[in-house]
Amino acid sequence: MCPLTEEETRVMFEKITKYIWENLQLLVDRPIGTYYFRLHNDRVCYVSEKMLKLAANISGDKLVSLGTCFGKFTKTHKFRLHIMALDHLAPYVKYKVWIKPGAEQSFPYGNHVLKSGLGRITENTSQYQGVVVYSMADIPLGFGVAVKSTQDCRKVDPMAIVVIHQAGFGEYIRHEETLT
Amino acid sequence: MGRKLDPTKEKRGPGRKARKQRGAETELARFLPAAGDENSKRLSSRARKRAAKRRLGSVEASKTNESLGTKPSPGKLPKEAVQTPGKKGTQALFNAARDKKHPVPAHSSDEEEDSEDDGTVEQRDLWGSEDSDADMVDDYGVDSDSEEADGEELLPIERAAQKQKAWEAAAGAQWSEEETDEEDEEGMSPESGPTKDEAEGGLQINVDEEEFVLPPAGELDLDAQAPDLQRVHKRIQDIVGVLRDFGAQREEGRSRPEYLGRLQKDLATYYSYGDFLLGKLVELFPAPELIEFLEANEVPRPITLRTNTLKTRRRDLAQALINRGVNLDPLGKWSKTGLVVYDSSVPIGATPEYLAGHYMLQGASSMLPVMALAPQEHEWILDMCCAPGGKTSYIAQLMKNTGVILANDANAERLKSVVGNLHRLGVTNAIISHYDGRQFPKVVGGFDRVLLDAPCSGTGIISKDPAVKTNKDEKDVLRCAHLQKELLLSAIDSVNATSKTGGYLVYCTCSVMVEENEWVVDYALKKRSVRLVPTGLDFGQEGFTRFRERRFHPTLRSTRRFYPHTHNMDGFFIAKFKKFSNSIPQAGTGNSATGTSTDLDSPDLKGQIPPKSENSSQPAKKAKVATEAKQPLQKRQRSNKASFQKLNGVSKGAESELCTVPSITKVQASSRLQGSSKLPGKADVTREPKMTGKLKKLRFSKKAASPRQSALFKGRDTGTPAVQPLSETQATPRLKDRGQTLGKAKGAGKAKQQFPEEPGKKAKFQDSGTPEGPQVPTQVPTVTPRRSGRPPPAKRRKGASQQLF
Repeated sequence: MCPLTEEETRVMFEKITKYIWENLQLLVDRPIGTYYFRLHNDRVCYVSEKMLKLAANISGDKLVSLGTCFGKFTKTHKFRLHIMALDHLAPYVKYKVWIKPGAEQSFPYGNHVLKSGLGRITENTSQYQGVVVYSMADIPLGFGVAVKSTQDCRKVDPMAIVVIHQAGFGEYIRHEETLT
Repeated sequence: MGRKLDPTKEKRGPGRKARKQRGAETELARFLPAAGDENSKRLSSRARKRAAKRRLGSVEASKTNESLGTKPSPGKLPKEAVQTPGKKGTQALFNAARDKKHPVPAHSSDEEEDSEDDGTVEQRDLWGSEDSDADMVDDYGVDSDSEEADGEELLPIERAAQKQKAWEAAAGAQWSEEETDEEDEEGMSPESGPTKDEAEGGLQINVDEEEFVLPPAGELDLDAQAPDLQRVHKRIQDIVGVLRDFGAQREEGRSRPEYLGRLQKDLATYYSYGDFLLGKLVELFPAPELIEFLEANEVPRPITLRTNTLKTRRRDLAQALINRGVNLDPLGKWSKTGLVVYDSSVPIGATPEYLAGHYMLQGASSMLPVMALAPQEHEWILDMCCAPGGKTSYIAQLMKNTGVILANDANAERLKSVVGNLHRLGVTNAIISHYDGRQFPKVVGGFDRVLLDAPCSGTGIISKDPAVKTNKDEKDVLRCAHLQKELLLSAIDSVNATSKTGGYLVYCTCSVMVEENEWVVDYALKKRSVRLVPTGLDFGQEGFTRFRERRFHPTLRSTRRFYPHTHNMDGFFIAKFKKFSNSIPQAGTGNSATGTSTDLDSPDLKGQIPPKSENSSQPAKKAKVATEAKQPLQKRQRSNKASFQKLNGVSKGAESELCTVPSITKVQASSRLQGSSKLPGKADVTREPKMTGKLKKLRFSKKAASPRQSALFKGRDTGTPAVQPLSETQATPRLKDRGQTLGKAKGAGKAKQQFPEEPGKKAKFQDSGTPEGPQVPTQVPTVTPRRSGRPPPAKRRKGASQQLF
């Protein structure tokens, strides 16, 4: 377990910034204490200071997971955001999409959101903006990327995809093996 | 909309509905038991007359039966489903009644009854005793009435039962009929029949057998080939009935163990258990409770879930799930986050609320250890066997994501589910590791609280995993017990006793076996500086303090057992320890002095005893310490100071037993045992250096109570003077020999003594080179009586242990 390198930090923050924009600092300096990002076996873990102390005693090969795993670096050093980051990022994300109950059933399966399933969308969402997908009951379901801006969403036909599925909580069941 | 259903209400009167429509009420009435009770219903005039005739008829029937002797009653309707010619009368009736399942014959019988007035004499004859309502004149020629009348009349089975009773009363002596062929393997004793009959006349349900006769041993083979489960089940019930009132109902010449043996085999057959496991269960439960337990294991426990208070509240979650179509209720008064699911139209493990981490599917009994552990915020918690993560997440939610939890499991695949669950539920303060739990204090120690949900044989969760019934045997249970002991010791060592808010350990298993529960806990009490404290759970059965030939520590009463048949949750065992000292007592010989479980203790203890002849009687001391709850702690602390001074004073002596005394006191206080010697820990206990060689007589080796020692501990030396001088002479040379080691050890010991005072988180205490001085067993007066108090009860009161009957 080691701290992230400059390069990795940059890549990761770029990705996260797509979602939470300028609120990035809030992630690091939390009122409870300072949180750090640590790299462990290609996974980025978000941990508090106290945890680091305890985790230092555990040898690397025996350590499975630490704090919250935000995502992992692929072999080509791109950062892939995981669903487990949802709880941390959701409060800070500016652009949100609410989907109808029907789409709520299909989104966890990895399907994209169609216009027919779209309930609400934040104003001024630009194209290819990272969004968090919510259910109508304000439960965060996952991450997505808006393929149409808000204005375009109004015009487009019901079968068109409006949000691409990036990470959804269905992965807890479907991809349990790859979570660690 | 629709009319109210009132099965007892009769439709009377000349109206159309009264006659034609039977309706739900009467349909139901046919199946309701109350429907058959003539006396409770308001009968129509016809019905009353018919009833009167029946009563009359039954009396006649009994008379006719008597005259007929054992000839099968002519009461065999051709339309009756089962008529076995040659069967005795009651048998026929019973069979007829029993086998009649649907109302069609009832119909027919009714119609017959009604139509007999039409002059069908032959049917009446066939009915015979059953229905000698030949003179019934109540037929007003309305066939439709028969349908209605059906509801008012007795069901055929009730008729049969009535006839039975009448017949029995009249022909008591004719009860020579054996029980059914199912039970009858060999000759019955007819004479005992009536007595049994009358004895439980009130409870008589199986009317046709007056006595249960135990089949001889040879008959067992019959069952092995093709067990007739009905028969076996019946026999089980019979045996239990006999055993309940053994004196009165036993068969002559058959002993209780025979009945018990037979019961055990039948239970094994009926419920598909292996012999070993059933034998263990028979030891645990009395027979009626055993059957309840076995029955409960056939049925799954209700699905329960736990609200994740990190993300939602129970009320909101319940509302959301109800909206999805789940039928649920709060779990009980004892849980603020539990919900029990009765049924659900959506898969409960895949709702959006589940995926969003609002709840976790968890057994009710799995919530209890965490409640017992009561983790506080900002603590460091270790969960040694955490998979699949239910308890870990519960701990995290109780701590509100503060502090740190180290979730460990030895099984890599199951760890994946831990990761998934913890992330899903939004637990941020967990570190997940993949160690063998036994490595623990070495890797990291000094936790505030530790939860050990030890791997076990799973005898409490048979309803979830029926394979346990047959694939567990003695080896498995002992292996589990051994592993659990090791894990428990490691867990204890990982707790920091000086923690400000903690110092607690919860040990739990999902097993009901004493070998894995009380025995392991008792072992830990002897080996480590821990004591049992109340779990905080106000329900559940107390753990055993004695079981068969074993005797456990009395504080085991504070542990809790849960059973599927009493609490409707998986079988579970929970014990909560408080660690009061960070030092690890040396393993050793003292255990033999502690008596009761000597021979039953794990073999490794005995193995240690011979080689480590110098082993202190630390365990013995610890046992004593443990036995005396809080009191010794204070005393020890006091004596600790005193002894420390003494130590300083006499350390120069280095060879007398006195030197060893303080060192032992130190150890008692909480440091490594350096040498052995008297332990002034308790005012009432004096310890004396023990002969190293005489390990087996630890109990009696209050030797070497030197005059110096006695001078030091005046008033406390109540030892056996006779023994002392002898051992003293023997001891002193040894002690002298060890003077060096003792001195060194003491030095080290002193240094060590600083250790416990450190509030350090590192609770690792290496063994300081085993300074083996002569051990100090306990003194006769207080210790031995206590000690000796333990084994003798085992010998004396053989029957006092947990018994079935």
